[in-house]
Amino acid sequence: MTEPNHNPSPVLRNRVIVRVARSGPIDFGRRVAAIRLFGGRLSMRADLRSLGAGSILLLLAGVIGTVSLASGKFPIPLVDVFRALLGTTDDNIRMVVVEWRLPRLLLAFLLGTALGLSGAIFQSLTRNPLGSPDIIGFSAGSYTGALVVILLFSGGYYATAAGALAGGIVTAAAVYLLAYRGGAQGFRLIVVGIGISAMLGALNAWMIRQADLQIAMSAAIWGAGSLNGLGFEQFWPVLLMLILIVPFVLVLARPMRQLELGDDAAMASGLNANRLRLMLMIGGVALTAIVTAAAGPIAFVSLAAPQIARRLVRAAGVALVPAALTGGLLLTAADWGAQHGFGVQLPVGVMTVSIGGLYFLWLLLREARQ
Amino acid sequence: MITQVVEPGADPAGHPASVLPAANRPCGASTSQLRLQRLALLALSAAILIVFCIISLLIGARPVAFSTAFDALFAYDPVSAEHIIIRDYRLPRTLLGLLCGAAFGVSGALIQAATRNPLADPGILGVNAGAAFFVTLAVGLFGFHAVSSHLWFAFLGAITVTLLVYAVGSRGRDGATPVRLVLSGVALSAVLGGIGSSITLLDPLAFDSLRLWSIGSLAGRNMDVASTVAPFIVCGLVLSLCVTPSLNAIALGDDPSRALGVNLVQIRILVVIAVTLLAGGATAAAGPIGFVGLMVPHVVRWFTGPDQRWIILFTILCSPILLLAADIAGRLVLFPGELEAGIVTALIGAPVLIALARRTRAGGL
Repeated sequence: MTEPNHNPSPVLRNRVIVRVARSGPIDFGRRVAAIRLFGGRLSMRADLRSLGAGSILLLLAGVIGTVSLASGKFPIPLVDVFRALLGTTDDNIRMVVVEWRLPRLLLAFLLGTALGLSGAIFQSLTRNPLGSPDIIGFSAGSYTGALVVILLFSGGYYATAAGALAGGIVTAAAVYLLAYRGGAQGFRLIVVGIGISAMLGALNAWMIRQADLQIAMSAAIWGAGSLNGLGFEQFWPVLLMLILIVPFVLVLARPMRQLELGDDAAMASGLNANRLRLMLMIGGVALTAIVTAAAGPIAFVSLAAPQIARRLVRAAGVALVPAALTGGLLLTAADWGAQHGFGVQLPVGVMTVSIGGLYFLWLLLREARQ
Repeated sequence: MITQVVEPGADPAGHPASVLPAANRPCGASTSQLRLQRLALLALSAAILIVFCIISLLIGARPVAFSTAFDALFAYDPVSAEHIIIRDYRLPRTLLGLLCGAAFGVSGALIQAATRNPLADPGILGVNAGAAFFVTLAVGLFGFHAVSSHLWFAFLGAITVTLLVYAVGSRGRDGATPVRLVLSGVALSAVLGGIGSSITLLDPLAFDSLRLWSIGSLAGRNMDVASTVAPFIVCGLVLSLCVTPSLNAIALGDDPSRALGVNLVQIRILVVIAVTLLAGGATAAAGPIGFVGLMVPHVVRWFTGPDQRWIILFTILCSPILLLAADIAGRLVLFPGELEAGIVTALIGAPVLIALARRTRAGGL
């Protein structure tokens, strides 16, 4: 018995073919658009629900972004915001919108995207909804690095960023090497990560306790993650790094699915599981490292975004692109709230957990009602 | 003596080979030998625990001789300074180490078994977040700065938030599935953490209190603290021993355990109550020392295999060993000053965890 061969008819070869599932008690699969170009030489499948959810997420981020450009100590009408972006207003408004508010907004979206992506990678790698870059010790290590710089050398923005990067990367490498015995098996990686994170966490708590109250509080604000005072000089390096890393990660998306089946199944289908895992981890850590260096360890986005995105697109596993867009939206919204919600500028990390957590709770409750 | 020879992978008694622990499965060891071996290990752990209890009474900024400590316990002389040190400082501290250690460890083992998630710690159901949030509120909004007033706030917070997490997690057709429980715990903890840290970052006094509380320590707690939380922790321990046998079935998955006659809803509710009593009581008394509950069950699992009954028994003995050892080490490293047990637990526990993770074939749940 062989399966009947479903060759697309010649007429349809160059069009977008949409297989439509009927709604009803039987699940006929997901609506998928197969896009074939150049006579089928380049073809890809796109999940319609993911596409829809992705566009809505982008649209929402755009709306919040516009509002965020308009609001502040110096409110600007929406019309002027658009005119400023197109370069047809006077210099004062252009300066406020384009030079002061725009880089921060773009950074919020980009950093959120990076966090969402890296969270999705680690949740897929560990096959665990609690998986996040934290498990490999990166966050704890970068906090240690930053604390050392802030408390011992009272370093500024760039010194703190460098300290955080060094701390995070050294920790992640140490965790990987300690867990490596003929391959970094997922579970051993988790356990070693917990151990190292706990040690560094203890060290961090001790340093915070020993420090002067004022210095400890400023360190804690860095530790919450903050976008305060960031401008274009921070935006361009972030954008450049993301342009380098994101395609690398997206190419790994398909073998990542194979790895989710388990090491044995993945290797049986011709995958070098250990090498792929190392590459995914490098990608995930690099993404987190960019965010940590730029804005400090913003909590919760990498944990919540993949789970929220999964529920939005009703996917079986974590999906990279929707997770990235959800992360971007989450951080954009949180940063708007952190700047304007309470009269004082709070670190954005405080808002991400509140907004993301509340939304996540609402999603869980809604899911329960269905 | 040897009734049946158990070969790895092929078990004539019909038990699946995976029930036997990988680490303790020498060729030719019978199940009764294994049981003896484990009982011996159990006795050894108990002996080590007793030794640590005694050391904990003797060592500190002012070392006390064994005979004096014995007198202080059984022939108390209210004039002797050393007797007062033993009775009022070291004894409550040691008792708290025992109680909180066992409580943290067992709640961790329970929650890892019930959610089938090796990353779950006792704080996952919102215990730590709830306790920390209520302490923050107490300091930040109501101005309670005394450590003694934190106890009840922490306990109240732990209970309230855990109940909320369970309420959110158990909505819906399937009830409180492990993933939903964990996720709702994470989400609610995050919301409370966010609100809490925005309060502390704006209020230096609250920040100062909370940075001390959040480390976790056994020092400076008097007998009242120990006797307040003891009933809750003991109830929690008894309850967890009662649900343990069902946890073995739950490890197989929801459907198989239902088929084996386990009342999933009932067991989950009991587990949540036990975890709340244990972790809530211990966190209220000693602060959030989450690492004990996260780590000890993992370590124990490598020696006992996946049988929850053995895991819980060993955890009850091994967790206080870790906490007391950390507390004692904390008194020695900065002698005559002290380092909090919450810090030392991770510093001495993590290397052990990592060494074991590298040595043994890592076992899942």
